[in-house]
Order: sequence, then structure tokens, then C-alpha cells
Amino acid sequence: MALKIVKGSIDRMFDKNLQDLVRGIRNHKEDEAKYISTCIDEIKQELKQDNIAVKANAVCKLTYLQMLGYDVSWAAFNIVEVMSSSKFTYKRIGYLAASQCFHESTDVIMLTTNQIRKDLSSPNQYDTGVALTGLSCFVTPDLARDLANDIMTLMSHTKPYIRKKAVLIMYKVFLKYPESLRPAFPRLKEKLEDPDPGVQSAAVNVICELARRNPKNYLSLAPLFFKLMTSSTNNWVLIKIIKLFGALTPLEPRLGKKLIEPLTNLIHSTSAMSLLYECVNTVIAGHDVNGSPFLPPFSLALFLFLRFQLCVQKLRILIEDSDQNLKYLGLLAMSKILKTHPKSVQSHKDLILQCLDDKDESIRLRALDLLYGMVSKKNLMEIVKKLMLHVDKAEGTTYRDELLTKIIDICSQSNYQYITNFEWYISILVELTRLEGTRHGHLIASQMLDVAIRVKAIRVFAVAQMATLLDNAHLMTGNVQRKGICEVLYAAAWICGEFSEHLENPMQTLEAMLRPKVATLPGHIQAVYVQNAAKLFATLLKNQEGNTDRTAAQETSQLMIDRLPLFVQSANLEVQERASCILQLVKYIQKLQQKDVEVAEEVIALFAGELNPVAPKAQKKVPVPEGLDLDAWINEPPSESESEDEQPKAIFAKEEPKHSRARHTEVDEKELAKRREARKQEQANNPFYIKASPSSQKVYQEAPGVEHIPVVQIDLSVPLKVPGLPMSDQYVKLEEERRQKERVEKKKKEKKKRKEKRGGRGKKHDSGPESEEDITPAHMVDIVTEEMPENALPSDDDDKDPNDPHKALDIDLDKPLADSEKLPVRSHRAAEALKSPAEDGDAESPASQEPKKKSSKEKREKKKDKDGDRKVSVKNGNPTRETALWMYIYGDKKSSKHKKKKQKREKEEKEKKKKKKHHHHHHHSDGGGEESVQNGTVEEEEPLPVSVCHQSFTEIDIQGNLQDGSQVVVSVIFENKCDNFLKTMEFNVLDSLNSKLQRPEGSGPHDGLSVPFQLPPGVSNEARFVFTMQSIVMPQKLKGTLTFIIKDSSTHEKLDFKLHFTCSSYLITTPCYSDAFAKLLESGDLKCSSVRLEGVNMPFHHLLARICFHHHFSVVERIDSCASMYSRSIQGHHVCLLVKTSGQTVSIDAKCDEPTLLGNVLDEIKQTFSQC
Amino acid sequence: MQFMLLFSRQGKLRLQKWYVPLSDKEKKKITRELVQTVLARKPKMCSFLEWRDLKVVYKRYASLYFCCAIEEQDNELITLEIIHRYVELLDKYFGSVCELDIIFNFEKAYFILDEFLLGGEAQETSKKTVLKAIEQADLLQEVRPHVVTLHYE
Repeated sequence: MALKIVKGSIDRMFDKNLQDLVRGIRNHKEDEAKYISTCIDEIKQELKQDNIAVKANAVCKLTYLQMLGYDVSWAAFNIVEVMSSSKFTYKRIGYLAASQCFHESTDVIMLTTNQIRKDLSSPNQYDTGVALTGLSCFVTPDLARDLANDIMTLMSHTKPYIRKKAVLIMYKVFLKYPESLRPAFPRLKEKLEDPDPGVQSAAVNVICELARRNPKNYLSLAPLFFKLMTSSTNNWVLIKIIKLFGALTPLEPRLGKKLIEPLTNLIHSTSAMSLLYECVNTVIAGHDVNGSPFLPPFSLALFLFLRFQLCVQKLRILIEDSDQNLKYLGLLAMSKILKTHPKSVQSHKDLILQCLDDKDESIRLRALDLLYGMVSKKNLMEIVKKLMLHVDKAEGTTYRDELLTKIIDICSQSNYQYITNFEWYISILVELTRLEGTRHGHLIASQMLDVAIRVKAIRVFAVAQMATLLDNAHLMTGNVQRKGICEVLYAAAWICGEFSEHLENPMQTLEAMLRPKVATLPGHIQAVYVQNAAKLFATLLKNQEGNTDRTAAQETSQLMIDRLPLFVQSANLEVQERASCILQLVKYIQKLQQKDVEVAEEVIALFAGELNPVAPKAQKKVPVPEGLDLDAWINEPPSESESEDEQPKAIFAKEEPKHSRARHTEVDEKELAKRREARKQEQANNPFYIKASPSSQKVYQEAPGVEHIPVVQIDLSVPLKVPGLPMSDQYVKLEEERRQKERVEKKKKEKKKRKEKRGGRGKKHDSGPESEEDITPAHMVDIVTEEMPENALPSDDDDKDPNDPHKALDIDLDKPLADSEKLPVRSHRAAEALKSPAEDGDAESPASQEPKKKSSKEKREKKKDKDGDRKVSVKNGNPTRETALWMYIYGDKKSSKHKKKKQKREKEEKEKKKKKKHHHHHHHSDGGGEESVQNGTVEEEEPLPVSVCHQSFTEIDIQGNLQDGSQVVVSVIFENKCDNFLKTMEFNVLDSLNSKLQRPEGSGPHDGLSVPFQLPPGVSNEARFVFTMQSIVMPQKLKGTLTFIIKDSSTHEKLDFKLHFTCSSYLITTPCYSDAFAKLLESGDLKCSSVRLEGVNMPFHHLLARICFHHHFSVVERIDSCASMYSRSIQGHHVCLLVKTSGQTVSIDAKCDEPTLLGNVLDEIKQTFSQC
Repeated sequence: MQFMLLFSRQGKLRLQKWYVPLSDKEKKKITRELVQTVLARKPKMCSFLEWRDLKVVYKRYASLYFCCAIEEQDNELITLEIIHRYVELLDKYFGSVCELDIIFNFEKAYFILDEFLLGGEAQETSKKTVLKAIEQADLLQEVRPHVVTLHYE
């Protein structure tokens, strides 16, 4: 044996080790591949030896070769051998090799399961560590399933070193084996409070990653993370937590408010740029959320806005920093703000324009992106002017092209919203055609076409410009470099032809279009030239036939006949075909002319008709006509009988002939022929038909034969200036003057107006900078909107990627664990676990996670309504077993009926957390009732003396749904307080005329809703039910029942309860700014009502707090013993209160636009105070 | 983090760590593409670029580029920090590290990285703890045939 070892080490002396291999490779630069192939041969020999040291050395070298790109998958088995070595030295190498070389399809991975399990439970923490590290790289769904339980056990290892790794790797396990998430989650949550900061931060990392993808399942952790955030000083952890809150706030806007404070502190205090950046990003995102869907009350919005401004300022500091990285990130964050708050960004225009001069192209591009969103009617011209300067200065075509596309993007965005002067825009486009070497000719061309077609008022001007372009076409076609730009001529020719009636000198343009040089243009452009020459010709004929002198018209025909043959010879099919058609036509016209026949009217009829733009999505949106089933067979499969004949006819009859979809139906030959005829006719009469296909984008892209254009060299050293073209700058000046004039006029008018009228919005308008709306377009611009089919369907876009692995992790974590969900444990243990989980030696097994209850089998259930209105005890055959179901009604709704104990709580409004503790304490509630995270809506319990031992209780929270004024969400927390497993719970409510429980489609109006979970003893869970309310002006009581089955006895149990919807529960706390409040009162739309409360013996601020708390008001203003309060109903009714107190008397004057609602709310307020 | 690459100014890969499962072919393609893109950037440019749907954060230390790919919502600055932290760790371990250290002891470079990052997340933010773990593990390691190597040289 000893001899063998000695022999082994001597052998090794002659093997290459890794260093030798690296050195060798470096020495064989010329014939590296050859050298490596000999090395691989050596390695193969080494792998055949028994000596593990030799093998490990070989595997180590292979790992290196793998990095260089060589395939080493053939050695996978040897890697597993090295992994299995008992020596740490080799194990480490083996795992490293595996983590670099293995992937999901490596089949030997199957063989590693037991080895890895052994290593995981090794007494040596480094063995375990190495196995965990390796596993994180090559974990497969199978490995994840088999090892999940082992890793979960490691999360509670005594060494933080292992715990940390185990926690982190759980994330990978979840991704591969989503079923493990629920069983493992409680322990993961525990780790958030691990004494070791490393473990804690690992847990934060994992939960943050999980929550980012499926935030709604993690809302309940918010309080815990909030605590961590305020206590942690580790920037790495803070960044993760802030990111997590960033994901949670959109779901729970109230969180945003709470976060503002700590975030602001961090922004002010931190010196770490990474943390600052994260905070700013989150505030920006949070601001967005708070700002948009909920129409924030003004004072809150103002508050947030200040914070938000702070962020924008911080960003400015970043952008001004000399560090390129910070500059870049600052701009990046700005672009996020831009989407929601373009105004805030606009004030930093100077800075962003400055960034356009930065030497770093990536920064310039970011700045360009920002400009896109910064434009307004007011500054568009100025910004574009600056960009045009940059275009001139820019080096390198890529950046210049980028500038060009940005200019066009900026101008054309949202349907040319910001363009007030289209003459200016056309001249910008014309100026852009002078760019050398741009690839974007077609982009400019399509803009020209679009503007000319859709802005009718601009056509005269556009036609004149295009005619000049055509005249100077040689400037564009001359240089090879400029071939991209000649696409513009396509647009120019089409515009001149289509709108030829506006041409000043059509003859000159016609000549320009028929110049021999045109034949050097790409085919698709020539085709447009030819076609539009024909249109021009038609217009000319019409003009000239009016004259007495017929020779002019004949000369025009002659010109056509002389020039067209050139195109008839074209190699391009399209050009040739059109040219020969038109040539023959003109020849015929000439014949008629010679007989003195007036032909102009007929010729012009060829091109009559208006062209309307059609929205790109129009086709998709044609609704499927009633009675047309797109999935039905058009022709039944052959085996079917022919009796179907009538069916298609019926469908067809209903159809409008224009809907081409319906034409799939079988129609007899005659009908077909008839239609073909009709279509031909239609096409012949439709001047746009021919154009439609060649002008489509496709042709642009294919640009056939661009390379074949013969190149005519023209000396272009002289700067390109198309003579006679106006400069866009001119327009900038003109526009300025025009606006100035307008402003003066407006002022005058307003002065007059003010004399006539008082009030009005005009008050402040005359001073200060002109606002967006003040700028009127230079001339009547009507942008023809794109046509859509009637009854177009609303578009439905975006959907999540179904392949996203994180989707599988969208799992409700608050649901109690079901037996079936336990992680697989090795079999012999599993059997034990089932029998008696408590005694199982493996204390960490998931079975133990389920709350255990002392068994007291005598108890059964009973239910109780919180208000005490009702107490129902349900007894089944066995009188010894009873269960009490308590309904706790949360918060606001039921306040009026609460008993005295509640009062104590009322003071605590501000500290909701405290309340919760208090609450639990109060009830000794067996640790039941998971902390409900109704962030804020505080519970009030109703302590009803219940005769029977309490076994289950329910808490109810009724919340109005802001997004839909007729919906109210009721959250019910069910807690099973008995010792039996409850299943098949069904929740049902008797609908009233006014309120209905929303049931899934297809179920009857009396069907119950099954509660989507089962309840093991001692477990609670929350279910939400949505009710639809017609009217919210009256309080409602709904009767309902909950039925369930007790597992062991399989008897049906039933609990009755009542749901109270008070009017206060339809109110939503909505802060209000005092200005807005005053305006509201002045408006006179509100009805008055008042109420007096006698014998109220509490400080005024307590009284106010109570109203706020129970009835969802907010204080607008408070002066001494007088306060104004405001709230809004889910349907948007304003409720204003003026509360005054003197001695023990409180008077409340109230105004609301809905008197009934107001009356009921006041009654409820009265009741609240009558109970104290 | 999706992956980390180390490569030289000549575009030679020195270390690669993938935290997402990809086929070898895909990895090679990504590596080639990224190395090209990053090397083409001018020295004065910022350290971030958008690449496919990822963000790439890179930094050059002497002749070596350290390059990480992160997801859309990840924080670029903290990623730079991670790179820097890793460089510091290498520096401490090797004693003013140079490219050759990483070439010849590439498995050590991996071990250090694995102690620092796990599954793409930072597992230990304290440098001391990382180095201690590495030292401890090295102690366990049998004395490798270093002596023999010396002879061989």
C-alpha cells in the first residue's frame, strides 16, 4: 500500500500540472490547437489511472481547457469520481469542475444525488460549503426535488457559514422546484431575524428576488422589512430592501406614504452613491404609482412632490458629476421620470442639451432619448434647432443617423402633437435631405408623405418644396455616398403627382420627372416617377384644354411620348409595365386630341378620388361579424354529407360584400365571376389601387438594384445647398413673431373679457410665461386621423412571457401547508413523520411547521357575529364537540356597534402595530391569526361573550374599491380554533337588490363561493370576496352562511352571519387641500345637513381622530375648537364636515352632494359617539 | 447577476462564472459578442451598456476587464462595487494581484469568487470573513505537489 502511494507521487512528478499546462499553452502560441490536443490525450491517459490525485489533476486541467472553449463533456463521469473523493483537496476540484462544466442536460448529474446529500451532511463545514456552492451552478429540477429537504435542514445549521449558503441556494431550488417554496418559506422568513448578519442579508436577498417577481404574495412581510430597513446599516442589505419595497408599493399605495420618510432620510444622509441611486429610483417609481391611478388628494400630492423634487435635484447633481458613470445613471433615471412627469425633466433642459456635447457616445444617446420626452409646443423648434446644429457637427454616420431619427421621432410623436407650424417641419425635412451618407432616406420620405397626406393645409407648400427637390434631383443622385437619400425623391414625385393641382409650374415639374437621368434611380422610384408623371399629365391637360390654344396640350402629349420610351426599355418590370401602359394611353389621347376631342375630364377621372390614411391596426380590428364562426369548417371534410349547402349562403347573405373575410365561403361560379368583375371595376376606378402596393414599406426595404445604378461623379466639395429652398431657421423666427403677436392679441381680448365677466379661468393668464394651450397652430392644421373600421375592438396587447421561470413561483405563501405539500423526505423517515410528527427525530421536517394544538376533542364549533347581533351555535349529533366561529369585523365599518373595550384602542390610531399586539394579547388568541397586513385598517374586535369555547374566528375587512366605484372588497380571515381539520368551506350571501356577491361566471345567483383553502386546526387564512353595489347611499346588511365539513366526522356544519356595510365603509380617506376644500364649499352643489352631539366628554383632537378613524375622514384644517374635514365616497361623492365644539356639545355641519348618504353618515357618527 | 466574465485586453477569457443555465454554445456566443463590444468601447466611456435585455457593467483593472451582466432592475453601482470588492479580495489573497496570478491559479480565483458570490448574489459583504473562509479551507487542503512542481521547474 505504502509502495503504491509512493509510486503514485512519483508518477505525478512526470504529469503536467495546471501550471505546466498554462505555461505550455503560452509557449505554443503558434500551434496551440495541436499542443492542446496532445495535452488532452495525456489527460485521457491520466483519467484512466486509479490514483485519485492524478485524476484530480487531470480534471483541474480540463476545467481550464473548458474555459478556453474546448469540449470536455466526455469527462463528466471522471468529474463525478473526483467529486466523490473523501479528500477535501480533490472534492473541491471536482465540484469546481462540475460547476463549470455541468448543465441541465448532463446526464451523469443523476448519479450525483447521493454523493451531494452525503457531502451536505458532512461534519466538515467546508465539505458542505463546497457542495452547496457547486450545486448552485448545476442544480436541476430533479436535484432540487431530491435535495430540497436536506438544504432546508441546513438553513438551521449551527454554523452561520452554512446557513448563509443554504439560504442563498434555496432561491435556485425554488426556481427549479417551485413546490418547495411553500414548505420552506416559514423557515426562510425566520432567517430574516437570524443573529448572524450574513445569514440575514442572504435571506433578504432571496426574499427580495422572489418578491420582485411576484410581489403580491409578500405584502405580509412589509412590516418586518420596514423594521429591518430602519435598523440596518448595511448598504447591501438596504439596497435589496428598498428594491423590495419598490416592488410592493404598487400593490399597496399606503406603503409608499410610510416609506417616504425613511427614504428621504437615507437620501439626505447616505454617502454611498449606489444606495442613493436606489432610493431615488424607488421614490421615482413610487411617485409614479402614488400619482397616477389614485388621483392623489392635493395635499398628499404636494407632499410627495416635494420629495420627488428632491430626487430630481439629486439626479441633477449626478448628471453634473464628472464621473461618466454617475452622469449616465442620472440620465437613465431621468428618463424614467420623463414618462410620468415630463415637466420636472423639462426644467433641466439646459443640462441635458449640454450632455449632447459629451465625449461619451453612450451619454449622448441617453440625452437624446430624454429630449424625446421633453419637447412641448413651446420648445420644439428650439430643441430641433439645437439638434440640427449637432447634426452638422457630428462625426461618424452612426451618431448622425441616430440624431436624424431622433429629430424625426421627436417631431412626429403622438401624431405631430407638438408641431405648430408644418411649413417649418417640411423645411426641416428638406434640410435633412442634405445630409451626406445617411441611411434614413426612406424615413424622411415617409414623413414627407405622411405630413402631405394628413395635413391638408400644408399641401400647397409641400408641393412647392417637393417640386424644387425634383428640380434639383441631380444633387441627390450624383454621389454614391448619397444613394440612401434618393428615397426622398420617391416621396417628392408622389406628392407632386398626387397633389399636382397645387403646382405652380407643372410643366417644369413634368419635365424634371421625365429627365433621362431619372433612369439612373432605383426601380421602385422610377416606377413612382412614371406613374406620377401620368397624373401630372392629366392635370396639365385639364389646365391647358381650358385655353383656346390647343397646341400647348398637344405639346404636353408629345413630351410624354418622347420621353416615356426610355422607361419602356427599363429592366425593372414595374417601371417597364407602367411606362408602356401609359405610353399607349398617351398615344391614344394624342389621337383624340388631333380630332379635337376634349379628353381632359376622362383622363383626370383615372386619378380621381381622395386618399385617406388607414390606421396600421385597422385590419386586425375589424370585428368578426355576428354569425361568422372563424373556427367552423368552411368546407366540411369530404366524408360529410352535402346538406350544408345553405349554411354558407346564409352567412354570406348577412355579410357586407366588402368584408373580404366572408369570402371564404363557398359560392357558385356565377357569383364568383360576378365578383371578380366587380373587383376589376373597382380597381380600375380606384386611382390608389395601383399605388397601394408599390408604395408600401416593403418595396423600400428591398430597394432592388440600388447597387446597379450607374454612378455619375459630380464634384461635391461645394457645400450642398439646394437653391431656392427656405431655411428652417427662418421659420423659427417667423413663428416667434407670430406667437408674440398672438399673445398681445390675447391679452387684449382677455382684458375685455375680464371687464365683461368676472370669475372665469382667465384670471392669471395674462402674466407669466405662455402655457402650452396658448400656442395655437400657425394655420388650420387638420391632421386627418387614421381610419378604423366601425366597431373596432379595443386592443389587447401585453402579456407576460409564459416561459418566465419566475411565474411558477407565484404561490400564495400565507396558505397553510397541506399534507401533500411536504417536501419529499427519504422514505423510511417519511413514514415515521406521518405517524407522529412531533416525535420525529428530524425536528426540522416540514411536518413540524404546522401549528400543533393540544387535542381536546370535545370541542366543536359555534359562530358568532361580531356585533353580537347573532349568536348561533350549531350542534351536531355530538353535543360535546362545538366550535365557535368568531367574526371579527375589521376597522371602520362596524365601529358604531362596538362595545366598550374598543374605546381603549381608539387612541392608538397612529400606531397600528401596537394595536395589533394589543389585540392579540387581548384575546390570548393562541398565537392564531397571522398578523394581518391590512396595513392600516385597524381592527376592532368585538368581544362578545361567547358561551362556548372559541374555536374559530373570522375577521372581516370591508374596503371600497377605488378603481371601480361599485365594488367593495370584503376580506375575511378565517381562523380555525377547534382541533379538527376543516375543509370544503363555502361562503354564501343572500344577495339583495342593491348588493350582490360577485360569483364566477356560470354559477347561479344563489351558489356559494368555495373558500380556496382548507383549515388545519389553529391555522388562519384570508379570503377576499367582491361585492357589487348599485347604490352606496344607504347602509346594508347582508345575511350569509358559511358551510364546511369537519374532516374526521365528515359532517356538514353551518354558520350564519351578517355582513354590515355601513355608509362610512364606502368612504375613502382622502386628504384635501384647503383651497380645494373652499372651492368645493363655494360651488353650491352641495346639500347641507347638521347634527348635534351632546355630552361628548373627550378632548377635541380625540374626537377628530375618532371621526377620521371610524368614518374615514381627514382633517383639512383645524383652528382651535373648530375643524373642517373631508372625505370622498367610492363613487366620488364629496363629504365635507365642519366640526365645532363648545363644552360637551359638538355640532357638526355637513355638506355633501348626496343628501341620503350624508344623513346616514351623520347617523353613524352620532352612533359612534353615543356609545362612549 | 447572470454571469461574470474576466478577459484580457487581447480578448482572452480568463475566468467565467455563469449563474444561469445556458448551453456551451450559447455561452461561447455571448462571450464572443460581449468581449467584442466591451473592447470596442473607448476608455473614457461609462461602465454600463445595454445589451440584449440585460445591463452589462464592466470595469478595467490594468490589463483585465471584469464584466458582469445584470437584469433590468438591478443596481449598476452596487455591481461595480461587487467587481471592485472581488478585485480587492484577489489583491489581498495573492498580494497585489496581476493577470498572471489569475491565469496560473485560476482555481483559486474561482474559490474566492465562490466564497464571495453564490448563485449570483453577494453572500458575504465582509472581506475579512471571505478571506478567513478561504484560508481555513486551504488549510484543509492537502499540501499539493508544490514541492514537486518546484523541482519540475
